[in-house]
Amino acid sequence: MTTVLTAGLGLKPQHYDAALACPAAGLWFEVHPENYMVAGGPRLAWLEAIRSIHAISLHGVGLSLAADAEPDPAHLARLAVLARRIEPVLVSEHLAWSAWRGAYHPDLLPFPRTSEALARIADNVSRTQDALQRRIAIENPSHYLRIDGHAWDEIDFLTELARRTGCGLLLDVNNIYVSARNLGYSADAYLDAFPGERVMEIHLAGHAPDSSLGDALLVDSHDAPVAAEVWILYERLIRRIGPRPTLIERDDNLPEFTTLLAERERADAVLRAPLAKAA
Amino acid sequence: MHSPNCGALARFQDAFAQALRAPEARPAAEIAALAAQPAFAVYRNTVMKGCIDALQANYPAVARLVGAEWFRAAAAVYVHEALPAEPTLLRYGATFADFLERFEPAAELPYLPCIARLDRFWTEAHAATDHDALDPAAVAGLAPEALAATVLRPHPAARWAWFPDGPIYTIWSRNRIDEPFDADINWRPEGALLVRPRDAVEWIELDSAGCAFLDACAAGRTLGEAAQAALQAQGDADLVPLLATLLKAAALGKSEIQQQPSLTEQLI
Repeated sequence: MTTVLTAGLGLKPQHYDAALACPAAGLWFEVHPENYMVAGGPRLAWLEAIRSIHAISLHGVGLSLAADAEPDPAHLARLAVLARRIEPVLVSEHLAWSAWRGAYHPDLLPFPRTSEALARIADNVSRTQDALQRRIAIENPSHYLRIDGHAWDEIDFLTELARRTGCGLLLDVNNIYVSARNLGYSADAYLDAFPGERVMEIHLAGHAPDSSLGDALLVDSHDAPVAAEVWILYERLIRRIGPRPTLIERDDNLPEFTTLLAERERADAVLRAPLAKAA
Repeated sequence: MHSPNCGALARFQDAFAQALRAPEARPAAEIAALAAQPAFAVYRNTVMKGCIDALQANYPAVARLVGAEWFRAAAAVYVHEALPAEPTLLRYGATFADFLERFEPAAELPYLPCIARLDRFWTEAHAATDHDALDPAAVAGLAPEALAATVLRPHPAARWAWFPDGPIYTIWSRNRIDEPFDADINWRPEGALLVRPRDAVEWIELDSAGCAFLDACAAGRTLGEAAQAALQAQGDADLVPLLATLLKAAALGKSEIQQQPSLTEQLI
């Protein structure tokens, strides 16, 4: 990596002009590559214009790495084309599935963490890294369901996936908070056990109570500011593992760009805190 | 997808995908304990909302005409018929206009599928390959015989259609840009041409001669043959202003000027 990344922002079309005009040093942007898999037109032109000023991270939602099938070769090829064009500083995907037997489900779906699943996902991550000719980072998902069939603890699963494929990990602190609340475990204990040396990127986002179940079920909605509890977990994590590129993720209920910049500055301040060890 | 297994993971995913789609059906044994949890609805709702939001974003003129509530109810029916085939949701809904044609509650709005086709044209033009428009000077100097033997290709972003049954262009263009409805609509056939000369998609009304002319160009015919087709569609077509309109709108793509030497028909 040639660029030193501090804190970045998810980029939505409504904020293109503000993003282009923003002079903040070290600022980087993350986009979903699926929104830019087009032959031409203004989307690619906007992304290239921003890329000429700021670093870009590609955060995929469509490779469906946890499906019991190879990634769609056409989709993987489009991702490779976009990565060659944009030269992102980071590329990431999820420990989840979405495309299955020709149908795409716009969500990040869960699965039982078995050795069979691990072998399949490791193969899919390796195929992706081969196609892109680079290391990618895999993100821990949000959990809503109790699944009985897990043979692997999630951290052990991710650690073994990283060991087999050489991939990095994307640690989403909000997903840990939401999952710990929903399934009844300690977010602190999970974060303390997470292999810091594998973390290439951190995500921070907002969540919301479920519309019908209320506080009994938190949803990783990305439609609100980062919660106070998540900031506390994040500060603790950075004190333990040192600074890492950190993204403020916001996909819905978008505020003004300056509001997101303020959240980004808060993460930046954590990363620059004197207590943070060198990465 | 390619080479799916038939092991436990594949069976889980078959059952999970089935339970997402058909909440009323009894879930398969593999996921019965999951589908029984209230939280399963989070996945069902997220998938449905993601698909419906994408359709609403891709078909804004249809949504404005029928209102968000009607649109989202219709979209939900469509989602049950056709989930997205790929993660680029900009391309989702290619068959939405066909769906509206046979969607019973839309029967009293017979023009709705045509409005959907123009929304789809917008998306296709928006995402089409970047390409220069044909410089009018490239054909300005050609003698009539040479012009008639020339083959010109539509710009890759150009989309056009003739709608014999109503003022589809007027209805669509008013609803695409949130214009008020108050102006009267003259009920007559209309055609539409959508182009993207640079970044933004633009549109103009196009008569049946213009649509037939572009159809012929897209089929690789000479300008002489395209002129014949235009005159067949509309006997009083005026070909010189028609070609000027298409050139000005960037409906034709820059290319090496090719001439078919065997044809001697004259365009003008």
